[in-house]
Amino acid sequence: MFSTDLTSNDLIFLVQGAWVTIELTALAMLIGTVFGTLFGFVRASFPTASIPLAFVLDVFRSVPLLIQFVLLNSAKSIVGLKISPFTVGYVVLGVYAAALCTEIVRGGVLAVPKSLRLAARSLGLTSLQDTLHITLPIAARVAFPGWLNLMLAVMKDSALVTWIGIIELLRTAQQINTRINEPLFVFFIAGLFYYVVSWAVSQLGNQAERRLQND
Amino acid sequence: MFDFKYRFQWRQVINNLPAMLDGAWITFYTALLSMVIGIVIALTLLSMRRSNNVALRSVAIGWVSVARNTPALLQIYFLYFGLGAFGATISSWAALLAGITFNNAGYLTENFRGGLRAVPETQTRAARSLGMTSFQAYTRVVIPQLLRIVFYPITNQMIWALLMTSLGVVVGLNNDLMGATKALTDLSYRTFEYFAVAAIIYYVLAKLTFGVARLAGWKLFSY
Repeated sequence: MFSTDLTSNDLIFLVQGAWVTIELTALAMLIGTVFGTLFGFVRASFPTASIPLAFVLDVFRSVPLLIQFVLLNSAKSIVGLKISPFTVGYVVLGVYAAALCTEIVRGGVLAVPKSLRLAARSLGLTSLQDTLHITLPIAARVAFPGWLNLMLAVMKDSALVTWIGIIELLRTAQQINTRINEPLFVFFIAGLFYYVVSWAVSQLGNQAERRLQND
Repeated sequence: MFDFKYRFQWRQVINNLPAMLDGAWITFYTALLSMVIGIVIALTLLSMRRSNNVALRSVAIGWVSVARNTPALLQIYFLYFGLGAFGATISSWAALLAGITFNNAGYLTENFRGGLRAVPETQTRAARSLGMTSFQAYTRVVIPQLLRIVFYPITNQMIWALLMTSLGVVVGLNNDLMGATKALTDLSYRTFEYFAVAAIIYYVLAKLTFGVARLAGWKLFSY
């Protein structure tokens, strides 16, 4: 009952933590990609009119994520909003991802040659059709490696939600360490998870990048 | 819909602003220190990566990939709790500094490796044929040109380091901006007010650093 070894329960606990990390990353990336794509197109299409937007997004990149978590967490208590810390976690991460994704998408859109868009328009495509069928596929190709990197960055930054009390991978590792007091071993296991996922995703990314650039 | 009964109290935040600004200074110099050490380590790792010695090369590759593929917080935890397992207990600040420096060095090495492509190989050969040793060629010909190319990535990394110092609070640091703010909120429970002001200070600090770096870059590299 009172065990000071790493038991199979601990491993299950770690896996549950890892799952929370994955959920947080997926939800944050969903928010980040939707808004990032939208804002990225706006930023690329109306560079001067969207300066206020750029300013707001820049704030999210210039304030420590830890503070953003704390601020939203206390703000929701102040206004009496009944949402879980988990929601706070993925919303903050999502907004942060959106701010970074905007720049990635903007870069991708700007990389599409203007002449190509003009050609599309002169062939009779509407502005919307040009955006959806010409610009978006080409921009996606340019933005893809950056987007993958962003996903990995969000996964690593999701470790910070431990501060507002969400039990994710790093927190589970820390709790197990508190009991069995083998920091190197426990953190090694947690680190290995992050490492393997990051490594696998970046390998997939490299492969996809090579394939996308070939044709 | 909302049950808004909270009264903001900004007065005490204003009164405690000096303590927070002292913290901001610690935040800034910790970040700066981690950058300076990080750049030196990154340059060393870069030359190790290019060496013919397999051991040296693997150490450099391993460092870079661990630093880039695991969370910074985990790295700080590892140093703070992990070194204790060897009987070497280090302070929160030392763990924070070592953690960010480790992380910075990893990212900077990758930046430098990209920048190095822009320094032609012929430069090294020319330097060597002028009688410089390989070390001299690296430090006096390659690095000055490299630093010019990677100046903006370094600036970004510096801002990132600045924001990353906020992680020190998780291992118990209490005198940097984040730590001082946390200590003040623990006394007053005015979480939102204190952290809102801390956020503004971080923002200003980041923008000031960016501005100064731009100015310095413009001064240094306008030839």
